[in-house]
Amino acid sequence: MLEIKNLRARIGEKEILKGIDLTVPTGEIHAIMGPNGAGKSTLSYVLSGRDGYEVTEGEVLYNGVNILELAPEDRAAAGMFLAFQYPVELPGVGNANFLRTALNAVRRKRGEPELDAVAFLKSARAAIKSLQMNEDFLKRNVNVGFSGGEKKRNEMLQMALLKPGLAILDETDSGLDIDALRIVSEGVNALRGPSFSALVITHYQRLLDHIVPDMVHVLAGGRIVRSGPKELALELEARGYAGVEAA
Amino acid sequence: MSDTQLTPEELAGQKYKYGFTTDIAMEEFPKGLSEEIVRLISAKKQEPEWLLEWRLKAYRLWCESEEPHWAHIHHPPINYQDYYYYAAPAKAAPKSLDEVDPELLKTYEKLGIPLNERAALAGVAVDAVFDSVSVATTFRETLAKAGVIFCPISEAVREHPELVRKYLGSVVPQSDNYFAALNSAVFSDGSFVYIPKGVRCPMELSTYFRINARNTGQFERTLIIADEGAYVSYLEGCTAPQRDENQLHAAVVELVAMNDATIKYSTVQNWYPGDAEGRGGIYNFVTKRGACRGRNSKISWTQVETGSAITWKYPSCILQGENSVGEFYSVAVTNHHQQADTGTKMIHIGKNTRSTIISKGISAGKSNNTYRGLVRILPAASGARNFTQCDSLLIGEECGAHTVPYIENRNLTSKVEHEATTSKIAEDQLFYCRSRGLSQEDAVGLIVNGFCKDVLKELPMEFAVEAQKLLSVSLEGSVG
Ligand SMILES: Nc1ncnc2c1ncn2[C@@H]1O[C@H](COP(=O)(O)OP(=O)(O)OP(=O)(O)O)[C@@H](O)[C@H]1O
Ligand SMILES: [Mg+2]
Repeated sequence: MLEIKNLRARIGEKEILKGIDLTVPTGEIHAIMGPNGAGKSTLSYVLSGRDGYEVTEGEVLYNGVNILELAPEDRAAAGMFLAFQYPVELPGVGNANFLRTALNAVRRKRGEPELDAVAFLKSARAAIKSLQMNEDFLKRNVNVGFSGGEKKRNEMLQMALLKPGLAILDETDSGLDIDALRIVSEGVNALRGPSFSALVITHYQRLLDHIVPDMVHVLAGGRIVRSGPKELALELEARGYAGVEAA
Repeated sequence: MSDTQLTPEELAGQKYKYGFTTDIAMEEFPKGLSEEIVRLISAKKQEPEWLLEWRLKAYRLWCESEEPHWAHIHHPPINYQDYYYYAAPAKAAPKSLDEVDPELLKTYEKLGIPLNERAALAGVAVDAVFDSVSVATTFRETLAKAGVIFCPISEAVREHPELVRKYLGSVVPQSDNYFAALNSAVFSDGSFVYIPKGVRCPMELSTYFRINARNTGQFERTLIIADEGAYVSYLEGCTAPQRDENQLHAAVVELVAMNDATIKYSTVQNWYPGDAEGRGGIYNFVTKRGACRGRNSKISWTQVETGSAITWKYPSCILQGENSVGEFYSVAVTNHHQQADTGTKMIHIGKNTRSTIISKGISAGKSNNTYRGLVRILPAASGARNFTQCDSLLIGEECGAHTVPYIENRNLTSKVEHEATTSKIAEDQLFYCRSRGLSQEDAVGLIVNGFCKDVLKELPMEFAVEAQKLLSVSLEGSVG
């Protein structure tokens, strides 16, 4: 369970999150929609512990633990995963090496045995196959020269291997072609279950056709201004954000 | 937000892993350098007259020359009379491992040097140099069968005087520079390698150097000759125990490659860099040069330099033979107050000679890292080619990276290309890695290793693994 209580955060002098209240019970998937610049990515970064974001008020509990106290890597070990809106390139760092290093770092912290090269390759290959990616991706450098859609799929590959308890997907659908959208959605749906929850940030209803959310929230001006069942997304698609705050 | 991390101070306080000293009785000459000391060294080693004369000539050249100051390094004046110029374990050179001082073996064990069975498993021949005298040599027989000579240079002087006399100083003459002259006058020991015609050396050759005695200068001399069609890969690795005084090190390495011969020389240098405040550490003034004398010969230098307080080092190639090839792959890491001024010289003399320079400089803390490289193409070197790539990576705000390329092209049919970049470890790269569960240190290690990949892949496998670990260890505490 993720509980965000009156979360205020700023970058430098600029306050971006102005009192966010949001609860995602374990087993549920919630969608976050909202206009450009509303603070959606900022929320994802604050939840993941990125430097440069100062939390001025509020708390965030994940399974009862105040995660704002934890370093990003410890949040990852606790089961949180952020799929980046703009995945980062790591020149010279092989994708397989990165994945295995990450996986074993997390496993070590969770007190699980590390995977040797053979065991790792086995699970990586399985994940690659389910995402209908080419195995060459394992040999290439992390996100270097990847197309926009390939980067997003690479995020999903990492998620499939790290098996998070809470996934935050920041516009994972943007840049994906129609088939990729379906494949990625199936990847998320495959994780769905009583011990998995997700925050899915998106601008489009079409993703929510595939990943059907339990709730939809509208983030505007640094606050959750409206929450509702999945039909809320349809309404937003029809009418836009104008007047949402008033409603 | 992330108070589970160690502070930079805590990380910087982590001790140099190999900072221990071995308690062995040392037989020391009096401090300081004089003609008498040079004579003593030579007499002690029962050297022939010609070598004594050779040393004395070097000593006089050294007295007449001045310490160079053109490099981007700063240090208090070195008092050359305050060092010992010869130190060796008191016992005579042992004939087998059983005769080796157990203390010494323990030291090697701590360093993870594969001297006995481990060496056999790894297929590595070790000519371990402890301070000045070689105390153990393995695999001599396998090599002897192939006709390869691999022994301490002092032994080569006795057993193969014609080879030593012919090649010693033929690539780096005594007059070459201040430190080369010093080394030529007082060199104590080092390795000698000769690969006969058409022989591919059956194993990687490896020497581990170790500086141990207090205030003892270390003056290694290495000479490697690959005769026609021969091939050899030589590995040099170093660690030194922790000392407060600055220790002087001035080695000379000479390589000679005849027609169709290849020499691959790899170094991982991990000497004590001094503490976080810049106290102590090794002063490393090295002259390394290879001569591609023959047609189609090739000399390849690969170095990973993470240690020493000061590094002054320019492994070079003289490309004399037609179609000969020179390569220089370098990673130089500086952290805290370390200073490195390193690079290469590629001198193109013969037709269609080619050279490649890939240099990766990483600076962190308050350190300074300079790439200094010369590409000189002489009028006869038609069709010569050089490609140079110099990349600098900065970690933090207080360090410096400098690139000083000198290009002298005197042949219109030749081509010289130079590329240089400077970058920083980006915050988004670090965060990306950490959000996947990597610690800050591991993230830096991963990104730095990625940055150095083009060089690391040139190292023999077992060295590459060691080098990767070393890079991460060297940069511990560099990102707050
Ligand atoms: N480093 C920064 N410095 C100053 N302002 C910033 C910084 N990062 C983000 N902002 C501002 O914070 C606001 C929220 O940005 P954020 O990226 O969270 O929006 P978003 O909801 O994800 O938008 P989009 O839908 O376009 O992705 C924007 O006005 C943005 O310009
Ligand atoms: Mg965004």
